[in-house]
Amino acid sequence: MAAPIDAVGVKSNSQQLLVRRIVCYVVLTFFAILSLFPFIMLIINMTKPSGDINKGFSLVPGSFFWKNFKTVVNNKDWKMLSSLRNSLIISGLTAFLSTYFSALTAYAIHVYDFKLRKPMFTFILMIMMVPTQVSALGFVKLMRSFGLLDSFIPLIVPAIAAPATFFFMKQYMESSLPLDIVEAARIDGSGEFRTFNSLILPILKPAIAVQAIFTFVSSWNNYFIPALLLSDKDKRTLPIVIALIRSADYAKFDMGAVYMAIGISIIPVAIVYLILSKFIIRGIALGAVKG
Amino acid sequence: MRRKSISYAKWGYIFTAPFFIAFFVFNLVPLVSTMYNSFFENYLVRGTTQIGPNWVGFANYQELFTKDLGKFFGNTLILQMLGFIPQIFFSLLFASWFTDLRLKLKTGAYKIIFYLPNVIMAAAMGMLFFTLFSQSGPINSVYQSITGAESPYMFFDHIWSQRGIISLINFLMWYGNTTIMLMAAINGIDPSLYESAQIDGANPTQTFWKITIPLIRPILVYVLITSLIGGLQMFDVPQIITNGGESVNRTSMTIVMYLNKHLYSKNYGMAGALSVILFIVAGVLSMLIFMLNRESDGKKKKKKGGKR
Repeated sequence: MAAPIDAVGVKSNSQQLLVRRIVCYVVLTFFAILSLFPFIMLIINMTKPSGDINKGFSLVPGSFFWKNFKTVVNNKDWKMLSSLRNSLIISGLTAFLSTYFSALTAYAIHVYDFKLRKPMFTFILMIMMVPTQVSALGFVKLMRSFGLLDSFIPLIVPAIAAPATFFFMKQYMESSLPLDIVEAARIDGSGEFRTFNSLILPILKPAIAVQAIFTFVSSWNNYFIPALLLSDKDKRTLPIVIALIRSADYAKFDMGAVYMAIGISIIPVAIVYLILSKFIIRGIALGAVKG
Repeated sequence: MRRKSISYAKWGYIFTAPFFIAFFVFNLVPLVSTMYNSFFENYLVRGTTQIGPNWVGFANYQELFTKDLGKFFGNTLILQMLGFIPQIFFSLLFASWFTDLRLKLKTGAYKIIFYLPNVIMAAAMGMLFFTLFSQSGPINSVYQSITGAESPYMFFDHIWSQRGIISLINFLMWYGNTTIMLMAAINGIDPSLYESAQIDGANPTQTFWKITIPLIRPILVYVLITSLIGGLQMFDVPQIITNGGESVNRTSMTIVMYLNKHLYSKNYGMAGALSVILFIVAGVLSMLIFMLNRESDGKKKKKKGGKR
């Protein structure tokens, strides 16, 4: 860290600042390119026929985009479109359930005074970091006994209990949900449930948006649990298909199609991210400022 | 007034019920059943003949500790640290640049780009890097044209190049996240501290070590522990890169990949014991975070009280 700074230690202040600024921008730009490079390569190779890709890498795009796209969509083993649909359904519902019920739980603990309030809060904080994999065995066995293998229910409904989302909502409420509002709604004769749905939820919109995106993305990218539960070809999610492509006899593949399949599972989320990046980055920063 | 607050208490239970019911059914019951299974011998021989379930006490644990457990924990830790050390270094560097009042860098686009790999599906990231570094992939074609080598370098047949690629992906996926978190922490520092240090003639290196680092120490510890817990769960990237972990003598097989292997082959006794060990390690790390949060909460409350 000290190197770029000490090297110019003796020079006058403004010159020194200019040099430091240039060094910073050069290093930052290098990392920006490093972060983007894989995606640039991906997008370029998505447009090329397999033969050109194997010949070596060049930055010139080809004209095989639609052909590669059709190859991927028509591949009977990969079933890219149905897994795209499955991923959308699962991730969308997961994001909805997780944010709604986390907000509801956080609201209850924030607003109501009840005996178990403190123990509940402490309990959720304690379990927040426990990885889901530790109970995967019991989970898979239980879902089998319920007859829910190859069903989306075990991938969606557990999202109701999302400790990390809950914690974020609770933090947000502490900073921007005054209790007077609830009191005022009561005086106006609003029921508790209606108050939450029509008055509180709109106030929580920024927090819900951030958490909905995070939950959607992590569900979209989830591989471990779906791979253990889903075996039906028509029920697969995108990460399972990616793993399937990887484990098959790789050399035989049309490489343009492989890049296209990766692209289809990456690019929708990347676009959504780029559109909403301002909120997302603010959200990460919010989550970071604890205590 | 008092009666009012009593009558509202039931809503506390009604609103929290779905969360706790879901937690009970989908997390707690499976966790207990996982622990219970760890004391049984229960597996398939050649995929057909069922052995057990027979009560075997701690035999599964014993087998794990005498067999490969150490190796897979070691692999996990190595992969994690190979990614984490450069990650914390560059994140600190970038966070201090981004927040430097004198530099006044334009940071918006960098933050967005740095964080981008984090939202990308880890399995797809793994697949993408596998294709890029594969025998006839772009990296090898560049490598061959520069060095003039006859044959491509087999990145996935060597221990350290394979580990290096996995860690590179982990680094790319997480350094943006850490940078933003550290930035938020640094932005929370009272700017007058920097101003007075500047007036006293402190250079940027001195202000970094004497002001920034001590004041963001809690969040640094937080980042370290959360990333250890995250590293413990490492699965998607190495699973895809190594195609299930068997390649190069299982030198990149992580704990969760090992768990996945047992779950897949329906060796429930071993999978259970492994889960319990994982649970204990993650539990200890979680408790550290919990205590850390508590401590900073306590400090905050004291401060508030003092002001009043």
